Amino acid sequence: MVFHRLLTVGFIQSSVSFWIGRIAQALCALFAVSILAFLFLELAPGDYLDRMRLSPQISQETLEAMRVQYGLDRPFVARYWTWLGAVVTGTWGYSFAYGIAVAPLVWGRVMNTLVLGASALAVAWALALPVGVWWATRRSTAAGFSMGFLTSVILGFPELILALILLVLAERSGAFPVGGMRSIGAEDLSAWGRARDLLWHLVLPVTTLALPAFAMLVRHVKAAVEDVMAETFVLNARALGVTGRRLVLHHVLRPAANPLISIAGLSVASLLSGSFIVEVVMGWPGLGPFLLEAIRARDVHVVIGGVMCSAVLVIAGGLLTDLVLYLNDPRMAAR
Amino acid sequence: MRRDKKLTALVLLLLFIHGVAILAGFFSPYSYREQNREVPLAAPTELRWVDGRGAWHLRPLVESPIAGGALVPLRFFVRGSSYSVLGLFGSDLHLFGVDEPHRVFLLGTDALGRDYFSRLVVGAQVSLTAGLVAAGLALTTALSLGALAGYFGGFIDSAIMRLVDVFLSLPWIYMLLAARAFLPLDMAPGTAFFVIVVLLGLLGWPAPTRIVRGIVLSAREREYVEASRGAGAGHLHLLRRHILPQAYSAIAIQATLLVPAYMLAEVTLSYVGLGVGEPLPSWGNMLADLPRGSLLGAEPWTFAPVFLLVGVTWLYHSVLSSLGDHYSRRNLGATT
Repeated sequence: MVFHRLLTVGFIQSSVSFWIGRIAQALCALFAVSILAFLFLELAPGDYLDRMRLSPQISQETLEAMRVQYGLDRPFVARYWTWLGAVVTGTWGYSFAYGIAVAPLVWGRVMNTLVLGASALAVAWALALPVGVWWATRRSTAAGFSMGFLTSVILGFPELILALILLVLAERSGAFPVGGMRSIGAEDLSAWGRARDLLWHLVLPVTTLALPAFAMLVRHVKAAVEDVMAETFVLNARALGVTGRRLVLHHVLRPAANPLISIAGLSVASLLSGSFIVEVVMGWPGLGPFLLEAIRARDVHVVIGGVMCSAVLVIAGGLLTDLVLYLNDPRMAAR
Repeated sequence: MRRDKKLTALVLLLLFIHGVAILAGFFSPYSYREQNREVPLAAPTELRWVDGRGAWHLRPLVESPIAGGALVPLRFFVRGSSYSVLGLFGSDLHLFGVDEPHRVFLLGTDALGRDYFSRLVVGAQVSLTAGLVAAGLALTTALSLGALAGYFGGFIDSAIMRLVDVFLSLPWIYMLLAARAFLPLDMAPGTAFFVIVVLLGLLGWPAPTRIVRGIVLSAREREYVEASRGAGAGHLHLLRRHILPQAYSAIAIQATLLVPAYMLAEVTLSYVGLGVGEPLPSWGNMLADLPRGSLLGAEPWTFAPVFLLVGVTWLYHSVLSSLGDHYSRRNLGATT
């Protein structure tokens, strides 16, 4: 039935226009982020040169020359225009503090954040799916109730607190590194050794991020599976003698997937905001500490570059979610 | 019935905590900025019920950290440093204290000899109020914009909803940082608090707006609304009396989601030094004061903000799930 509708011209048109609209919306959001970031900058008193201005060794003329060189004397629209040009050419502007293009600086940090975030998401989902399904099938048993209690306790611990507690435990036991991403001298190790070293450093930050994500996701999985279990077609399948694993795998999981895919997209965004504090507390060299440093130094282009990168991640997560939703059930484009 | 009692108990507990936070000046024996340089990093003052001669006292005795550990009685409703409640009226009445020059430090002192208990209570005021006010701001915006979009539809609706779509795809913590980045780092604590609350409120309105709009959209087609409109009711009356009350359960659920989220956002910002700064305490900058190098060496009572944060977050989550059950049982369609 669905495939038949897919072939009609009207349906194809509506899904093409849906995707064009969706991508246009994503681009609008990116523009909005950049304009907002520039506006904040415009409204704010002070700039990168403020700290230099305090120094008696730097003359007024030098400061003026630097203002012109950095382009801080030009009006808002002109600066925004130059920045857009820099985005097109791929430099993303220049960092005042580092003196090099922003793009390569930010790129390295984004990769580290992605490594952390992707591992945490993978761990959380890998645990939440089976546990959630299992929970939904035994919700009124003691095990089911204790799952409810356990997840509510985990949700009581914000990432910041969880990170601090895990750091204390790591310090006490000495089993895990208490910060950073690589050991000293990791460059000399073999590829296998480097990977093991990275995994070792990942354990604590990934645990911090994955635990609350797991608690949140497992509740959603349970709710979604329970909803589908109450449908008449499941009752029908049961009446026909389909039970146990076969019932769950063949009849329940696919229809339960839709709300879960939307939640997966949202979990990208919440993970990014969660990973900020974990990176700062645990010394993970990701976007978070980098941005914090840039904020303290008033390094404008770096701050905007970092914010834009996080916006790209969140928006790409949203687009990807819609794509997966579309592939699972193309009717969503034809609302 | 039993479950509703549980919900009531949880809500009362939360109200109590918020009440203590609002009346922070009354519950804290000293000013958060009063320094006792001669007793830095003091251990919590011991309360005793037996005096040196072995006699029992109903009124606890305090082993004063000042002047060689003399035993002095704890007094209630004492006059002390002056404070103001919500900036509305001032007072100098405190719940408990001891006679001058003695001191009572229930949770010890920090490195500058400031009473840790007082700072914890005032910190609660800062962090909890930030969450409450920011959530209030976001929800008021959501209620009015959602009502506008859902009720009038057409151009207003699509304009507001496009804006919502854009705001929803913003990485909010990074936007918050960016906004904070371009404000002076050495802002006065009060100003910083105000700025953070407004920023949080500004970034938080889109999700609840979308929910309110959905509810208003379906509510305005109901027959009783039609009937009221037919009887000559104006827009404002329809919205206030017939349509918006439908959204209150969703707003309550959103509030239990947003308040702890914003409280944590304030704590996070203050923790990394971009939020409320010294000398004003917040749970965030108190956490940042924990010795970073060796958390092991930290005294147990300095972890008090950790326990409070976990407790309050947990309470809100419990209220959230009880509230969800409550509304779905009443079948009011909590469309979250």
